[in-house]
Amino acid sequence: MSFFDESNVAKAKEILARYPRPKSAILPLAHLAQDQNGWLSPEAMEQIADLTGTTPADVLGTCSFYTMLKRRPCGKFVVSVCTNVTCLVTGGPEVLDHLEARYASEPDVTVEEVECLAACDGAPALQVNYEFHERVSPSSAVEIVEGYRSGTRRARTVSGATVA
Amino acid sequence: MTTAEPQAQKTTVTVTVDGVTFEAQPGELVIKAAQEHGVYIPRFCWHERMEPVGMCRMCLVEIEGGRGYPPACTTPVADGMVVHTQTDAVKQIQDGVLEFLLINHPLDCPVCDRGGECPLQDQTLAFGPGESRFVEEKRHFPKPIPLSELVLLDRERCIQCARCIRFADEIAGDVLIDFVDRGDRMQVLNFEEQPFDSYFSGNTVQICPVGALTASQYRFRARPWDLSTVETSCTTCSMHCRGAVQSSSNRLVRLLAVDSEPVNHGWLCDKGRYGLEWVHSEHRLIEPQVRDGGVWSEVSWPDALDRAADAIETAKELHGADAIAVLGGARGTNEDAYVWSVLAKGVIGTDNVDAQLGDGLPAEFVLGMERAEIADLDRARAIVVLDHDLRDEVPVLFLRLRRAVLELGVPLVDLAPAAHGLSAHAAVIARTVPGEPLAANVHDEISRACEGRQGRVVVVVGRGNLAAAADSIVGAAAELARVHDVRFLSALRRGNVHGALDAGLAPGFLPGRTTLDAGRAWFTDQWGGVPAERGLDAEGILRAAADGKIRVLVLVGADPVSDFPDATLARRAIDAVDTIIAVDGFESESTKRAEVFLPCTLWGEKAGTVTNLEGRVQRVGRKVAPEGTAMDDWRIAAELALRLGRDLDLATVDEVTDEIARVAPAFAGVTSELVKSARDGAVLPVAGHLDEIVLRTGELSIMADDGSGTSWDPIKVHGEAPEEPADESEVTAHVDAPALHVWDRRAPQPEAPARDAYALRLVVGRALYDDGRLVSETPLLQRLVRDPDLRVHPSDLARIGVDSGGQVKVTSTRGSQVVAVRADAGVPAGIACMDFSADALGAALLVDAGQPVVDLRVESLR
Repeated sequence: MSFFDESNVAKAKEILARYPRPKSAILPLAHLAQDQNGWLSPEAMEQIADLTGTTPADVLGTCSFYTMLKRRPCGKFVVSVCTNVTCLVTGGPEVLDHLEARYASEPDVTVEEVECLAACDGAPALQVNYEFHERVSPSSAVEIVEGYRSGTRRARTVSGATVA
Repeated sequence: MTTAEPQAQKTTVTVTVDGVTFEAQPGELVIKAAQEHGVYIPRFCWHERMEPVGMCRMCLVEIEGGRGYPPACTTPVADGMVVHTQTDAVKQIQDGVLEFLLINHPLDCPVCDRGGECPLQDQTLAFGPGESRFVEEKRHFPKPIPLSELVLLDRERCIQCARCIRFADEIAGDVLIDFVDRGDRMQVLNFEEQPFDSYFSGNTVQICPVGALTASQYRFRARPWDLSTVETSCTTCSMHCRGAVQSSSNRLVRLLAVDSEPVNHGWLCDKGRYGLEWVHSEHRLIEPQVRDGGVWSEVSWPDALDRAADAIETAKELHGADAIAVLGGARGTNEDAYVWSVLAKGVIGTDNVDAQLGDGLPAEFVLGMERAEIADLDRARAIVVLDHDLRDEVPVLFLRLRRAVLELGVPLVDLAPAAHGLSAHAAVIARTVPGEPLAANVHDEISRACEGRQGRVVVVVGRGNLAAAADSIVGAAAELARVHDVRFLSALRRGNVHGALDAGLAPGFLPGRTTLDAGRAWFTDQWGGVPAERGLDAEGILRAAADGKIRVLVLVGADPVSDFPDATLARRAIDAVDTIIAVDGFESESTKRAEVFLPCTLWGEKAGTVTNLEGRVQRVGRKVAPEGTAMDDWRIAAELALRLGRDLDLATVDEVTDEIARVAPAFAGVTSELVKSARDGAVLPVAGHLDEIVLRTGELSIMADDGSGTSWDPIKVHGEAPEEPADESEVTAHVDAPALHVWDRRAPQPEAPARDAYALRLVVGRALYDDGRLVSETPLLQRLVRDPDLRVHPSDLARIGVDSGGQVKVTSTRGSQVVAVRADAGVPAGIACMDFSADALGAALLVDAGQPVVDLRVESLR
């Protein structure tokens, strides 16, 4: 039983061919799997283990280090709001609270609190599927997210890859 | 040693640690070299049987002229190196590391299994600050969570040294646990629903330097200082790993691995480690019983022995000694086997004696082949595996083989009938088809694998397939015997089978690897008589019994109905025998019809010696008093001999050991004194292995005895080479003693029928957790038994028209049954693999001992 769909099986082969050791392909394959299903499911990890000649425990150990790899189902849009020092004093927490309340019952949007996004000059900052947005306010933040939802803004994948 | 030689030839380096100057091997790690010269450097992550990782930072030291404070576990010694381990700076580091580790480590030592033997506890006491500045709430996790049925994890206690993860990866090759959520919530974890089901998982509990990993069997059962300990060998399989068995209130509670360089390297398999409860099972029979009118009644020992002796005597008078047969003897000690050999061959006069139950290899081959030692695997030119799956049969031998291949780079030639745990690392794979000769090009392949390498070729040979006659394996071995400088290592798995064969419990043999004919004069002198002719092996005995020719069958810890590969024949034989005398700890399918039941002691209840698969004689220890009035097997045999008119004059087990050393040629020199003083035992025949003997200089101690305040890790027994070379004459057999048997390398020609295109040829191996008594009477292990299924190549599955996991009907000449089938790409097309078990689903009902191979017809149920 294959977890990857037909076109991704071909992509997976391509990725594996890039590395002298198949184990090195765990991370790119994890991104591929996440982009297919929106999150990294146990079935995906099992198949990655199979493809790379490792074990599911190995894949889990590697993938669980990276917060970008979601091990629970998440929305189509991941909104990462920074609340680290600069954003903290410029209104990051207010943006976070507002977004969390606004999208609490919207399954296609996942709001998460993150550490420094390295955009202190544009604080408060957030990312939607790893696309930067700076100097946001609670209301402009909602506007931005809604732009992605309505399709007026073109979103990256949940792993942050640009869509052709 | 002379010092006049010029220094140019110097191969060691001079190192000074804390003012102690010594010579060390280049490349040796500072932590190990220092320890060997009396300086203990504290550590958590470093374990001498695994690769160093330098993770825990506890072993940081100061090296003169170097920058910073390098870890002693990753720094090799260099000439002129001066190391300090106790300077103020180093002490400050140690204080800091321990204070950091204890930020989150709970101080629940009073309720922790590890309390009292905990490296963290001990090293905190010896090297720590004594006080912490961290007063905040500690990190909490639900505790404990199971990693498997056997191993529980308390994440709060984990200090993240990765010993367990590294063991699973480096040593066992079962990467089923890893660090998850690296960061401040890092924890060791298995994947989802895939538990840490490694055959070797118990080792992680033993090497965990804190109480993070605990054994579900031992958890909250005892405090270490309340336990008493005896050094022993595990006899669950024929590897005989060294161990320290511990008891509390006359119950066995724990077996720890002892690090023995020639044997187990400090590891045990889980079956051996946790297979203790069966000894105390409520199903044990602990009083002698006799059957009258079909009803069992407990009687006194004299009555039961009289009854057994009468039955033997009557059968001998009426039908001759050949009407009596003895099966078994591989479960006890060498002493047990020897005295049973005396009773059967010397007193009763029958040669219908076999310690193997049709699941081994002919004694002519096993006793006469040119033997390798386990350690020869490490320095071999190549290793040839002519067996099924060693991981299931002799698990720790699998670890040694794995190390030789993966770590030491010895090429592996894989001739097993199906893929196994090491096939992925094989240099050459040539699958053996049961019943057919080896591939024609096997010699070329072996030469190719050996290219540019020195040393011997070691052939690991076992009875990998219970569904094919042993002849085909002996034939293959004869073919391999033509390889230049080849040695054989037996992988027969049954407990003390090698000791039992050495003691003469095989047709045509007498104790000490000598044949009946060669030893006739000598043993007639010693024993007063031996059988006139070669008798029957297990299969022959069962056939004769089924034909009514065996009147009395003595089962010494043997259960042919459950263990003989062809259960149909075994059951017919058991049903046809007049009188069965059972010497056992339990009632079994075979002893249900017995007339006399004589309860015997089991492992842990008896002392003596055992011989492992390389011919190494080591001691087993008596840790608990036997249940009820159970008696040692050898004493039961001696009592029966007395009733049959012969006083064997043996009062203690040491006297038996000494008689074996005196009488049995291969055991020359293996006196009770030698086996007590030789730390690693002695390999038979001792005359050829004298230089390997190491004398023990201290007794086994679980708690630290060197004043360092640290716990055992790994457990070792101190020893040293003898000062004076041993006297050869003391280990040479008497001048009149018979010569040792040598295998004539005769190759029986397999006469298997050609495979037809619709049949699958059956390969039956043993699973580690089988339906044997040790597992079935140990509830913890009972849960790990897999239902046997039929494993076939995916293409065969497609042809049959079933999905993996579906049911199929399989038919052999013995009959039909319905089993689950599973696709397994490691099984060659045309072959079907199945684990042995004797119950309704098992292979035993498909095997026909009269056929050279078993071909199965497999049909979909639709």
